[in-house]
Amino acid sequence: MLLLAFDTATPAITVALHDGTHVLAESTTVDARRTGELLAPGITAVLTAAGRKPGELTGVAVGVGPGPFTGLRVGLVTARALGDALGIPIHGVCTLDVVAYQTKTEEPFAVATDARRKEVYWAQYTDRFTRSTEPDVAHPSLISERLTGLPVAGEGAVLYPEAFPKAIGPRHPSAGALAELTIRRLQSDPDSLMFPEPLYLRRPDAVEPGTRKRVSTS
Amino acid sequence: MTALKDSPLVLGFETSCDETGVGIVRGNTLLADAVASSVDEHARFGGVVPEVASRAHLEAMVPTVQRALADAGVTLADIDAIAVTAGPGLAGALLVGAAAAKAYALALDKPIYGVNHLAAHICVDQLEHGPLPEGCVAMLVSGGHSSLLFVPDVTGDVQPLGQTIDDAAGEAFDKVARVLGLGFPGGPLIDKAAREGDPEAIAFPRGLTGPRDAPLDFSFSGLKTSVARWVERRERAGEKIPLADVAASFQEAVVDVLTRKAILACKENGADHLLIGGGVAANSRLRVLAEERATKAGIRVRVPRPNLCTDNGAMVAALGSELVRRGRAPSHLDFPSDSSQSVVDVVVR
Ligand SMILES: Nc1ncnc2c1ncn2[C@@H]1O[C@H](COP(=O)(O)OP(=O)(O)OP(=O)(O)O)[C@@H](O)[C@H]1O
Ligand SMILES: [Mg+2]
Repeated sequence: MLLLAFDTATPAITVALHDGTHVLAESTTVDARRTGELLAPGITAVLTAAGRKPGELTGVAVGVGPGPFTGLRVGLVTARALGDALGIPIHGVCTLDVVAYQTKTEEPFAVATDARRKEVYWAQYTDRFTRSTEPDVAHPSLISERLTGLPVAGEGAVLYPEAFPKAIGPRHPSAGALAELTIRRLQSDPDSLMFPEPLYLRRPDAVEPGTRKRVSTS
Repeated sequence: MTALKDSPLVLGFETSCDETGVGIVRGNTLLADAVASSVDEHARFGGVVPEVASRAHLEAMVPTVQRALADAGVTLADIDAIAVTAGPGLAGALLVGAAAAKAYALALDKPIYGVNHLAAHICVDQLEHGPLPEGCVAMLVSGGHSSLLFVPDVTGDVQPLGQTIDDAAGEAFDKVARVLGLGFPGGPLIDKAAREGDPEAIAFPRGLTGPRDAPLDFSFSGLKTSVARWVERRERAGEKIPLADVAASFQEAVVDVLTRKAILACKENGADHLLIGGGVAANSRLRVLAEERATKAGIRVRVPRPNLCTDNGAMVAALGSELVRRGRAPSHLDFPSDSSQSVVDVVVR
């Protein structure tokens, strides 16, 4: 097995290569504005570091968000194109699940990532493997009440300490963890892996025009 | 046929606006031009909604590649090089195409060229009318652009001569169509309505044609306002709007200015070929008047067929093919998309 994993649903552009036993190489850069520039070179970098060629890949795992749309789509279209070009399966994993897996926590907690516009993407977990709510987007103060002091992982906790006083790590997902989680699911629960459809959770901003604006002043 | 076989096979991607275009060319021969458009999803908003366009690009990308390959009767393994629009265009939309193109280039281990959308609009005519003459003038008229360019070399030397200072020509068509309640996109609808009308019925203004105005720049915003005022005045008086006459007279005002300035640009630069590209080049009256005026001035007009004038992947593949033929250096995998890319930057490296 040679699994390529990457996630672009947060400011971290993270890429890893996994052989089924170990993470062979990992590369992470935090720069939300340069996802389109950094992802492809990141993929080449992990392949080169491990001395492997794209043709040797047997699968691709990608974080499907939720996350800011533009960066998220860079990851998803890259995964779909690689899957098409190499004729290999692609597996989608919820980005919040990756962060949850990285907490190494067996107690209930939540994950919150930055959704911009003063909101977070979030979900609740009973342990690091088990999500108990659907991913959603909301204002931190509204979630804060529901979480009643639970620990919160992800950048959302760092950005909104008043709403989420018990911040725990990690801040961002890691592609090495995404690869591990994907391999676990492939072995135990392949149905939980989805075709990479983006979790946008918000509708596009668009307004239908009203009646025509008049240009005359009189 | 053997010479043709020796030319590189180039896969081109275009996602700068609302069309997901994937084209395949070998040399100057068009093999596939697959386009998926999200235009219907934007119609009710009266214009392209960037996020709606970007979402549609993601969904359409791989199916459109597969359709292009099937149409061309080739496989990805046959592809020699990849080209993709790096800019200008809608930032989020551009990124979908660039990321996809980079992934294919990486997987296939082939060179990638991040190219200029406007240069691609010019180069596409090579697929239809053969190699571009050295030093032609190009007029690009679309929903986002109206420019006159001097083109000594489409792969590296494209010089701006003039451009719109406000609305693009296509934008004017779209806005006036809204005023007339015709729908979106307005260009083809006005073109059709104008066929039944009198182009001299109403004397709409010709923007930037005064003696002190920049001779090769355009302005269409005043024209649009003037049409709207004319229509409103009649509406308020409870009069019926002579749709066909308004459409024809508006269209004539646009096309008159475009062709006049294009011929002037040719004369000033000693160019004996005028190339017209972009969505508005599909306009039937523009084609006729340009031909008429150019012939008088001893200038030859080249206009690609309408579906090569609007955004498509074949035009990007055509430019990629020319870049390969001329041995130009490809881009690095980390090249950025640039929503406001200047027309002088043909390749982003
Ligand atoms: N027959 C026609 N007459 C006039 N305008 C037309 C005609 N057909 C299409 N158009 C106009 O062309 C524009 C679309 O062209 P195109 O697809 O090249 O441009 P775009 O994608 O909107 O912008 P750009 O290429 O500058 O990014 C629209 O504004 C449309 O109204
Ligand atoms: Mg265009």
